[in-house]
Amino acid sequence: MDKVIHTPLTEEKVRGLKAGDKVLISGVIYTARDAAHKKLVKLLDYNKKLPIEIEDAIIYYVGPSPAKPGNVIGSAGPTTSYRMDPYAPRLLDKGLKGMIGKGTRSEAVIESMKKNCAVYFAAIGGAAALMGKSIKKSELVAYEDLGSEAIRRLEVENLPVVVVVDFYGNNLYEIGQREYLESLK
Amino acid sequence: MKEIHVNSIIDSIKKLCIDSNYYLPEDVKNAILNASSNETWPMAKDILDKILVNVDISREENVPMCQDTGMACVFLKIGQEVHITGGSLEEAINEGVRRGYNEGYLRKSVVRDPIVRENTGDNAPAVIYYDIVPGDNLIITLAPKGFGSENMSQIKMLKPADGIEGVKDFILNVVKEAGPNPCPPMVVGVGIGGTFDRAAVLAKKALVRPLSRRNEDPFYSSLEKELLKKINLLGIGPQGFGGRTTALAVNIETFPTHIAGLPVAVNINCHVTRHSEIVL
Repeated sequence: MDKVIHTPLTEEKVRGLKAGDKVLISGVIYTARDAAHKKLVKLLDYNKKLPIEIEDAIIYYVGPSPAKPGNVIGSAGPTTSYRMDPYAPRLLDKGLKGMIGKGTRSEAVIESMKKNCAVYFAAIGGAAALMGKSIKKSELVAYEDLGSEAIRRLEVENLPVVVVVDFYGNNLYEIGQREYLESLK
Repeated sequence: MKEIHVNSIIDSIKKLCIDSNYYLPEDVKNAILNASSNETWPMAKDILDKILVNVDISREENVPMCQDTGMACVFLKIGQEVHITGGSLEEAINEGVRRGYNEGYLRKSVVRDPIVRENTGDNAPAVIYYDIVPGDNLIITLAPKGFGSENMSQIKMLKPADGIEGVKDFILNVVKEAGPNPCPPMVVGVGIGGTFDRAAVLAKKALVRPLSRRNEDPFYSSLEKELLKKINLLGIGPQGFGGRTTALAVNIETFPTHIAGLPVAVNINCHVTRHSEIVL
């Protein structure tokens, strides 16, 4: 049975999530990829205000394809998360509670998640037309010049994700593979 | 001598860009269907079935399967009896890419300079390979390549003494290191032999061979099967959540090499292994 999460993603909600949980997210999330992360961290370096409300927020690592006329957004699956690893701890320290992407994270990110009580979700990489259907509204927030890498505010309904790393540091990439291999014995 | 005007090349490239991003080749879809029916791990089966739903949505609604609509890789087989008229062949290909990515609502993912990183805004230029072949046909194969999987690819100059075991170990290690990052189930393209650069091109070409077709050489055909079996015992599974289906196929292409060398390139692709072809 899927768990249902409504944003904002408070600490209490994070504590209720376990690696391997299937989750449907509804509410407001933000998009950001490599180039936007670089700019956000630069703002923090200069003690400037971020263009998004980072407290209890979820960032989705995605650069959607352009919307066809009449559509809210194009295809919108996750990009590979490790490229955001150098920046993620800075945002977690500022109150970011959830990240949606795909693939492995660094030890530094996982330690920062434990310290700041945050969670890492994976969406299905390559199932981008399907993911796009959960996005009901898309609004440009910052860095229009970055094109598909700009920061967008998305309103989502039942965005399907899986908890990969929970606040306790449990990692589905390790647990899932180990349990599958044990099932073969 | 057959004359082909660049306008028909522009139109063909445009169509190939759009079609390959909207419609998964039947051989790849069949490989995922097969994998799903052989998958016993519930989470893995669930993922494969969602991937198949995504393929159907894209086909019905004419939208890209993946938001990373790739860098356009174009393979040309140009019959030596063909004469291209009306302008530059290379410019025609890039113009076709511009029109395809614009009119097909595909993401523009190409930066002009690898360090400065300013987006070209039209997904051009394409990466183009030209082969001159006998005959009077122009065969164009276009494969948009996403970089989640491209980034997990590797090349290594093995020693002849490393032999077949060295080759197998290297390929398995590349897949293990890639893990969940390239959106498994993946397709593993391997190039063995030639020079440093030729091995990499062979690996890329291996990815456009239908997954249902094995290497014609029985030695390499059985190596492909053996490696696929070993990869699917790693346990990585769809999206890295565990399961049997880590790869859909291993495609190997080879070329003669130097007495001192054994180059091996492994080009990883995701389950959205896109390619389409047109004959002019």
